[in-house]
Amino acid sequence: MKRSRQRLPHARVDTGQPLTFQFDGETFRGYAGDTLASALLANGVSIVGRSFKLHRPRGVFAAGREDANALVQLESGTWSEPNARAALVPLYQGLVAKGQNAWPSPDWDLLAALGLLKKVLPAGFYYKTFIWPNWKNWEGLVRRLAGLGRAPSAPDPQYYLKQTVHAEVVVVGAGRAGLEAALATAQDPACRVLLLDEQEEPGGALLASPDPADRTWLASMLERIAQCPNITLMPRSSVNGYHDHNVLAALQRVGSHLGPQADSAAPREIFWRICAGRVVLATGALERPLVFPHNDRPGIMLAGAVREYTHRYGLTLGERIVFFANNDSAWHTALEMVAHGVPVTAIIDVRLGVAPELLRRATAAGIEDRLGYSVVHTRGRGALRQVLIQRLTEDGGGLQGPRETLDCDLLAMSGGWTPTLHLYSQSGGKLAWREEDTCLVPGTANQAVTAVGRANGDFPQPLHTQAHWLTPGVSSDCQWVDFQYDVTAADIQLAARENYVSVEHVKRYTTNGMSVDQGKTSNVNGLGILALATNRSIPEVGTTRFRPPYHPVTIGAWAGVELGALYQPFQRLPAHTCHAALGAQFVDMGGWQRPECYPRAGESEQQAIAREVLAVRGAVGLLDYSPLGKLEVHGPDARELLNRMYVNNLATLPVGAARYGLMLNEQGIVVDDGVVVCLAEDHFLLHTTSGGAASVHRALEEWLQCEWVALRVLVTNVTTQWATFMLSGPRARAVLAQLSGDIDLGGDAFAHMQFRSGSLCGVPVRILRASFTGEVSFEISVPAACGESLWEALMTAGASHGVTPFGIESLMVLRTEKGFLHVGSDTDGNTMPQDLGWGGAIAKQSVDFIGRRSLTLEVGQDPERLQFTGIALLEESATTVSGAHVLSGDGKSSAGYVTSACFSPTLGRAVALGIVAGARARVGEIVSVYYEGKIQPARLVAPCQVDPAGTRLQADATTPQPVAPQPAAPQPAAPQPAASLHVPQILAVCSPMAGTNSITRKEFRLRHETACELIRLQVFHRDRALLPALTAALGFELPAPGEARRQGSWRWLWSAPGDWLLAVPAGEGSAALKTLRDATAGMWAVATPITDSQVMLVLDGARVRDVLARGCALDLHPAHFGGDRCAVTRFAGVSVLLAPSGGDGFLLLACRSLAVWLRDWCEAVSRDC
Amino acid sequence: MRIECPWCGSRSEDEFVCGGQSHIARPEPATASDAEWAAYLYQRDNPKGLHHERWLHRFGCGQWFNVARDTVSHNILASYPMTAPKPELPDANGGEA
Repeated sequence: MKRSRQRLPHARVDTGQPLTFQFDGETFRGYAGDTLASALLANGVSIVGRSFKLHRPRGVFAAGREDANALVQLESGTWSEPNARAALVPLYQGLVAKGQNAWPSPDWDLLAALGLLKKVLPAGFYYKTFIWPNWKNWEGLVRRLAGLGRAPSAPDPQYYLKQTVHAEVVVVGAGRAGLEAALATAQDPACRVLLLDEQEEPGGALLASPDPADRTWLASMLERIAQCPNITLMPRSSVNGYHDHNVLAALQRVGSHLGPQADSAAPREIFWRICAGRVVLATGALERPLVFPHNDRPGIMLAGAVREYTHRYGLTLGERIVFFANNDSAWHTALEMVAHGVPVTAIIDVRLGVAPELLRRATAAGIEDRLGYSVVHTRGRGALRQVLIQRLTEDGGGLQGPRETLDCDLLAMSGGWTPTLHLYSQSGGKLAWREEDTCLVPGTANQAVTAVGRANGDFPQPLHTQAHWLTPGVSSDCQWVDFQYDVTAADIQLAARENYVSVEHVKRYTTNGMSVDQGKTSNVNGLGILALATNRSIPEVGTTRFRPPYHPVTIGAWAGVELGALYQPFQRLPAHTCHAALGAQFVDMGGWQRPECYPRAGESEQQAIAREVLAVRGAVGLLDYSPLGKLEVHGPDARELLNRMYVNNLATLPVGAARYGLMLNEQGIVVDDGVVVCLAEDHFLLHTTSGGAASVHRALEEWLQCEWVALRVLVTNVTTQWATFMLSGPRARAVLAQLSGDIDLGGDAFAHMQFRSGSLCGVPVRILRASFTGEVSFEISVPAACGESLWEALMTAGASHGVTPFGIESLMVLRTEKGFLHVGSDTDGNTMPQDLGWGGAIAKQSVDFIGRRSLTLEVGQDPERLQFTGIALLEESATTVSGAHVLSGDGKSSAGYVTSACFSPTLGRAVALGIVAGARARVGEIVSVYYEGKIQPARLVAPCQVDPAGTRLQADATTPQPVAPQPAAPQPAAPQPAASLHVPQILAVCSPMAGTNSITRKEFRLRHETACELIRLQVFHRDRALLPALTAALGFELPAPGEARRQGSWRWLWSAPGDWLLAVPAGEGSAALKTLRDATAGMWAVATPITDSQVMLVLDGARVRDVLARGCALDLHPAHFGGDRCAVTRFAGVSVLLAPSGGDGFLLLACRSLAVWLRDWCEAVSRDC
Repeated sequence: MRIECPWCGSRSEDEFVCGGQSHIARPEPATASDAEWAAYLYQRDNPKGLHHERWLHRFGCGQWFNVARDTVSHNILASYPMTAPKPELPDANGGEA
């Protein structure tokens, strides 16, 4: 272990707490309070890494976020962090880091040979060099050479959170100005002040001050802030983005600064979304380097950083320190250092005139001065040894006189100060050029934001900066502007010679400011050099607009907990546990976890599908069809709306009947199909495609709300209120008949495309006879909570008939055999109804419907449109896949493609559907099907290849009918013994959350609420007379938007205009429903019991608001969201109704199918509670 | 971005869906020429400055409403129900395309 340097007595590091750490395999010692950078400097490590392009040696150059030189690979394994800035990594016991972009080590890097190629690697060399034959051929090589750290390849064992916070005032930066601003605004106790600071401890530049008065002031301010209940100080939080409407993004290091040993219950980082009333930027200022030959050598640092390392970390960085400056701040720093016993040899200043007082004090301190000089060269390998200086000409445009050599081991440079206005610029604020300080200051604000302190250009002492953008009279080749990306003044001049005018273009061409630096030190110098090269002033050149992030954000923080199973919201089927018990293979489909098929032991997926398909054709199958979209349309104009929305004529649809319907968008493109059921003259039920419910609902609402505002119609998505099962096959009727109910299932009484509602096993039921399999099918819906019981009842009742559960893949095979269209699979973004054979029917239609006008546009009349067809492969054993092309006559281009293809267990051969040019007129034609280099002959046929006459739908039989041609297929597997099983008389209600349904943590709890019942009341709110009538009828004023109101033991919650939820104590639901229906009789009001279709969760505990804020962006403060409020909002990616229920409790209502998702999600984000 | 829903108040942008330009009159399908119909379907303004859009509070009350937004400053100048008339608003940028 090396001995580290003795610290100065006034250092802020704790020398009583030594820490050991490793850098590049060597063990060193530092102290608590050190950063990795200060500890490396203390141990004399001068080269930490290598630059990006030319692998030049790089050491610590600054003390904060602007240091893009000392980049390290922090730790190894899964915790590892690439490109960590040594100046920002607080030292902890056992830290292990490695220098980056060097091989074998930063001290001795073989790739440094690239430096010799510098002449041939100028700005834009990528664009000039790697164009032949193709950039692709070079990319691998370039990526290997020009790399930074390595991202860990294994999953991150830590976790990250995202959270929203609201504040009336947000102060960014807890330096002097920020602390003052926070205290001043906190005078108003109702004003929530959020004070964020990016450093390990608050204080900003005060931390670098040796003045005891500054330290006392800081301590007393922090004390006062701690006593202010309305100020929240968030340390280790870097504000990275300033977005529209005062929304800010900040990254907080929660466990990250403690290293891999941090408590694993705490997140590594929290990514904050901050909603601010107004913002105060107290972000300080960044010092600029000076641009002169060989200014990138290790041992050359920013003067302000030298000050910070000296006084905050107590380091004496050199024995012969030389300053090089163009402003007064470096003089103050030098004098302060001498006063604390740190030797300063000389100050070189480009200015001819400096305040006599400064000169006098410098001389008194034994500091040599060289006014009107510039550094023209530096020497030293690994460490700085000498600087060469020369006098500038009077006009500053050249050099004169002899060169002088100064011995030194540290050069502290100051090229002036730039207010840190990245966030101001991101907010849309314009920057203004201030000539006297040669810096950009806030100009015109675009949002409610102000800058204070040095961020506003208010420097504590006047700077008297004189521009010195580069050193004249010497080659600009080795005058570095962006140290990390190896951009020189010559590169910028080259860009100007090549006619780049816009600063944004120059930035991209030269990559100046595009490195890790992101313009923090290089931006203004680059502007200055471009201005000189193009003979313009800096305001004429303009400035680049800063974009988020100000500082890199970990990808893990962007992801939060949305990983793996929580990647996106999922919905669970009502009978999920039954499927899991049967060994279902699940697939994510339209957000639902659905069984694809139920493979038995030793069965492949294909075998399972074949068995299930044959069981449906031969006996009976049972499918969980709950995701089938179900929309209820109520109102006097309901029929009119549907007639306008569907291609079909629905004016004649009688009550109790169902009709297939096709829905288009206004462009005439087929977007959905389904079955429309007429429940009553003014009440319809739409069955949309699975997963299409939300988009069809949205389309109906958009037309109703935006175009046909006078239509009196209520549309309600009831998809998740009902569990729906499809019982399909010749024995379906026999199975269903075993359940007690009041619906006559006889073939004559209940024909195909008819609908009945009644009761089944004691619960309300809706049964539709439609068929997506070609077999007699009953689509049976019961309240979602009874789904699991109904599944069990049907399985029990069907056992003796060989009932076979089948999955969605088997359903797809069944419908492909029948040639039934699946919108989205067999249609594309151009498919119009005439392509599906609907042209004739539409021609006879008299009413207009959405999309009709577009069908008559020229594009709709093209005979070569892709049309829906069956495709039969000619070779007996041939198979194909969806996506295979159908070739045009000359065999050279595509004339359509296969959209659905599978092996048909019924026919014993492949069946396929597709869309092919002009196919409707080409039935019987032989075509070629192309896939992956293979061409197969096929015939265009009618889509339906099993039972084209549809006789099986009429089957009333208790005996299975043979399917022609009879396949050589096994009989359905032997049914389970059934005699002992008992079909229930009453369907039981099941919990929406299988297994554990609560979370119990120290400061957060979640449980399933069963103490109340829910009723939904809807009215047509655009009828303005309705609300007063409703109030009169109920004798109670319903809550206004966002309100919750109590009516005795009832609790009303507003959910949308004309839409309320009523929570009543358990057991009072039926009475309450009757009361509402009686009161609103004759009014356009619909009351529906929804207890069974919702999940009601109670969330409470001291940190409940933290957990909620990790899923939603509402302001949850009791003053803004109290007991008389409620909100429908986005939580955990889904729509929920949230209502405070007193103290630290909240009621959360959502679709029942989301119960498991919500519980799992809350569990993941409450790990630290 | 924060958006003011006329019913629910100020909410975070991720609760909303943008439905594109608002105040587009639907021509009478029977009498509109092909060109008029195509313009209604596809042609939209792209102003630099004041722009009227239709937004849906998808994760909230499910209502469509109009938003008048400055495409330069991104400031929202008004949000109003679908049935309300288009408000008179100053266009700071002159509305050039």
